[in-house]
Amino acid sequence: MSLKIMQPGLSTSIQDLGRPGYFHLGIPIGGAMDRFALRVANMLVGNPEGAAGFEVVFMGPVIAFEKDALVAVTGADLPPKVDGVVQPGWTAFEVKAGQTLSFDFLKSGARAYIAISGGIDTPPALGSRSTYPIGALGGMDGRNIQAGDVIPLGEVDMIEPGLNVPANLRRLPGNPAELRVLPGLYWHRLTPAAQEGFFADDWAVALEADRMGYRFKGGKHLEFVDREQPFGAGADPSNIVDGCYSYGSIQVPGGLEPIVLHRDAVSGGGYFTLGAIISADMDLIGQLQPHTPVKFCQVDMEEALAARAARKKLLADVRAHLG
Amino acid sequence: MKTRYTYGGDEHIYVEMDDEMSLDAFFKSLSMSNAVRDAKIKGVTEICPANASFQVRFDPDVIAPADMMAKVKELEHKAEDAEKRLKTRIIEIPVYYQDPWTHETLMRFRERHQDPSGTDLDYAARINGYDSAEAFIEAHHSQPWFVSMVGFVAGLPFLYQLVEREKQLQVPKYLRPRTDTPKQTVGYGGCFSCIYSVRGAGGYQMFGITPMPIFDPEQKQSYLSDFMVFFKPGDIVKWKPIDRAEYDRILAEVEADTYVPRIAEVDFDLDAFNADMQGTNAKLMEALHVA
Repeated sequence: MSLKIMQPGLSTSIQDLGRPGYFHLGIPIGGAMDRFALRVANMLVGNPEGAAGFEVVFMGPVIAFEKDALVAVTGADLPPKVDGVVQPGWTAFEVKAGQTLSFDFLKSGARAYIAISGGIDTPPALGSRSTYPIGALGGMDGRNIQAGDVIPLGEVDMIEPGLNVPANLRRLPGNPAELRVLPGLYWHRLTPAAQEGFFADDWAVALEADRMGYRFKGGKHLEFVDREQPFGAGADPSNIVDGCYSYGSIQVPGGLEPIVLHRDAVSGGGYFTLGAIISADMDLIGQLQPHTPVKFCQVDMEEALAARAARKKLLADVRAHLG
Repeated sequence: MKTRYTYGGDEHIYVEMDDEMSLDAFFKSLSMSNAVRDAKIKGVTEICPANASFQVRFDPDVIAPADMMAKVKELEHKAEDAEKRLKTRIIEIPVYYQDPWTHETLMRFRERHQDPSGTDLDYAARINGYDSAEAFIEAHHSQPWFVSMVGFVAGLPFLYQLVEREKQLQVPKYLRPRTDTPKQTVGYGGCFSCIYSVRGAGGYQMFGITPMPIFDPEQKQSYLSDFMVFFKPGDIVKWKPIDRAEYDRILAEVEADTYVPRIAEVDFDLDAFNADMQGTNAKLMEALHVA
């Protein structure tokens, strides 16, 4: 059982929930940027939540099916079509042998997730099928999908089509998108005015926004507390002795444009970080298009853990809804 | 040296042993990250040692952040008592300095550099007080280096010079990072040298290139058969300058999967090194030619 890629879309990659355990060697966890959406797509077609699916950016692929399968598309509003007939999002629908899955134009969000019954069954690399092109790991030969690729699928007993996740059980960013931040790491390098300004200012997603990191622009330049730079750090006040980066950490090279590191993060470097996006809000970043207005909202650890619990409960509610 | 503990979001604890680079800070960070690993604390998912700091990633659904923080702090005394000795290896890495490929790349990104009129090596030589690029190259490869961190991207080593601080070479990073760096470029930024393990973006000055792959997901080279990443923290490196003919000869061996790097097992003792740097380095380099 396999799929044939007729057109790859703009940047379509195979992703699961990632490969933890190698970040100390510079190999990031990777996996779906919007993990909530991937998990839900898998649930809808009866797969384990961590099965590999397609992560589609802005523009959908065209895929020919050689056998009957169940498909669900979640995340961004990128309407799927079967032989040209539009299908609902966040809903399991059938694609029969010989039919073609394609997509209408993107309506909102940035990344759609396609789960197919059986899951994508490409060979795992370091325990995961997630595509990490920089290290040529996972996916199809370590790269995004291309026209002509034949993608293997796992075997599964198909469940009934029609399962649906209603709007109140979905999770997508608002407009402006609010991203919650726990200050920490090298937060003390900023002046009190810069600390306040970072949260007060209006930001927007810049054009450089991908799986490695999202850049933001529009806020005031950040001022640093004066100091003599420590040995080995480099001359710029935003430099530190190269250290580890946390997933979600926010670096601001030169104090100019904040960059949030995402699933394909570089594991370390020489820029100060002012804190990190809380784990509960990482999914939301994957749905932000360039130019989307963003507010960074300060939270403490208690609020970060409450948000984490709320996201977990929403997933549990989806599971309960789908039975 | 004052240890600083902080959170990176709700899933990471970040421990900075010192805000400046030193081998003492590196050894303390390595010992403490090892102590955290040995403690097998439930909920820990990743431990990443860096130059003078380390990071622990954990699952806050398994262990509360405050409890995780307390457990990490408890282990600091172990790091203080730890021996500053390593059983490690020294590896000879061939470098073709002033090669045509990094030269082509650095010319392409000249407008992002501090000195658009010369090369990265000319600039590095001048600001470090050397008369010529050749004299600077000599300073770069005459003493061994210590791998103090592996990361940024797949298997990239950061290397720290085993010389007195006043003799250390220092260069700033590019004003704006390049969008391209040839695979296996030998780079330099701050007080660190590095080898770009894969092609990609980079901000370090470019000095040369090695024909020896250090990351290979297909693991075709014999020395990468255990794991796809070659370097680990604590490795010691001796750069060996080579010319184009030697570069081509090694590359042919690499392509035939028959290249074997020169490697020797050595002990590194920080106190002995601090007491006699020249003598310790001479012994380390000797080991390469006994093996």
